[in-house]
Amino acid sequence: MKKVSFLQTVIALVKKDAQLELRQQYALYGVILYMASTIFVIYLLHGRPEATMWNSLFWISQLFAATNAIAKSFLQESKGKLLYYYTISGAVPLITSKIIFHVGLMLCMNLISILLFALFLGNPVLYLPYFLLLSSAGAMGLAILFTFLAAIAAKAQQQAAIMAIMGFPLLIPQLLLLQKLSLVAFSSVVQQGFWQLWGTLLGFQFLVVALAVILFPFLWKD
Amino acid sequence: MMKQSWWKWLAFIFLMYTCIAGFLVKVPEPPGVPLKESIRNFFFHVPMWFSMMILLGVSFWYSILALNKKHPYADFYAHVYAQTGVLFGCAGIATGAIWANYQWGSPWSGDPKQNGAAIAILIYLAYFVLRGAITDIDKRGKVAAVYNIFAFFMLFPTLWILPRLTTSLHPGGQGSEGNPALNGADMTPTLRMVFYPAVIGWTLLGTWISTLFIRVKILQEKKLSNV
Repeated sequence: MKKVSFLQTVIALVKKDAQLELRQQYALYGVILYMASTIFVIYLLHGRPEATMWNSLFWISQLFAATNAIAKSFLQESKGKLLYYYTISGAVPLITSKIIFHVGLMLCMNLISILLFALFLGNPVLYLPYFLLLSSAGAMGLAILFTFLAAIAAKAQQQAAIMAIMGFPLLIPQLLLLQKLSLVAFSSVVQQGFWQLWGTLLGFQFLVVALAVILFPFLWKD
Repeated sequence: MMKQSWWKWLAFIFLMYTCIAGFLVKVPEPPGVPLKESIRNFFFHVPMWFSMMILLGVSFWYSILALNKKHPYADFYAHVYAQTGVLFGCAGIATGAIWANYQWGSPWSGDPKQNGAAIAILIYLAYFVLRGAITDIDKRGKVAAVYNIFAFFMLFPTLWILPRLTTSLHPGGQGSEGNPALNGADMTPTLRMVFYPAVIGWTLLGTWISTLFIRVKILQEKKLSNV
């Protein structure tokens, strides 16, 4: 039997997830439609909000999009299928591939939702490249955290609800950091401790990845 | 019996000492600081947070043991210590709200540390919900332990790092001295003499409460498995 490297396994698994997603396009469109209708509802209820409100609404809609997009990932796969992946690839490549796939998915969702926000709610962003960079970092953080929580929630009943309950409090620190960092994109203010905040944000994300890789094998050792 | 539970006596003595000395010692009255007698809440409010962190730390430790299968009842220990930790957290919020009502004008003013405490309690309430949602004991132990370890690592940056980055009504925010809980340099020797026994006393009380609940849980568990 040919020995397959860790990287090859991860790439194969990510490819499999992407193919599945493209084959069952209704799920992907479902998430996009969900986001579009959320943003449309915000527009109907609030018109065109000012910059700080726009910012908060943006992060909240991202939070909901992430819950919906990622919740199904572990839930859609039957128990037997997961056991199969587990035995042929092992736990660490499996969670790594899921994280990478969801980061990619959320980066796309992030771009789409910025577009929709600009379309419906106006575009108060002054420094677009910076905002794109920051919202990508945010999308990455959401994707990583929710991937791991989805793995936990898959083990409990009433999964989707459990995921939201666990995820929201755990995400507050990151959301606060993102909200503070994104204020810079709307006006030429100087944010105190700017690099410190960035460092904390990236540190948080690294911590979540490390914990996910360490703890996931225990979760699946049935 | 005395020998086995010396620390329970210690908890009793320290807490009696806290309650008596805490209301009798001469408190400092630095000019320009309108704390007056309300500083006595320092012996009750701050030890709550110390105890909460220690109890949640113990809970975290038992979760690690549960994953390593080093301890047959580790999951019960982790659960009960987390419950007592949350109880102390709620007591901390309550004592803080009373203090804030007199010092800052309202029980809740959205201070970063108040928010941090609320986040902490939400995170552990989610732990109880998650644990309650799983019926299979082995699976419950494992999943709850994984979440507990994860939550612990997510929570403590929230409590220790974030408050330092923003301004706060509490001591130790951005631009002021000290750690997020209190400014050690502001404490006079008399305050210290009551404060440290208070921390030990409250923590031991938390441990005492937890051990009682653990005994009940284990008895219930044994009874269930014998039937």
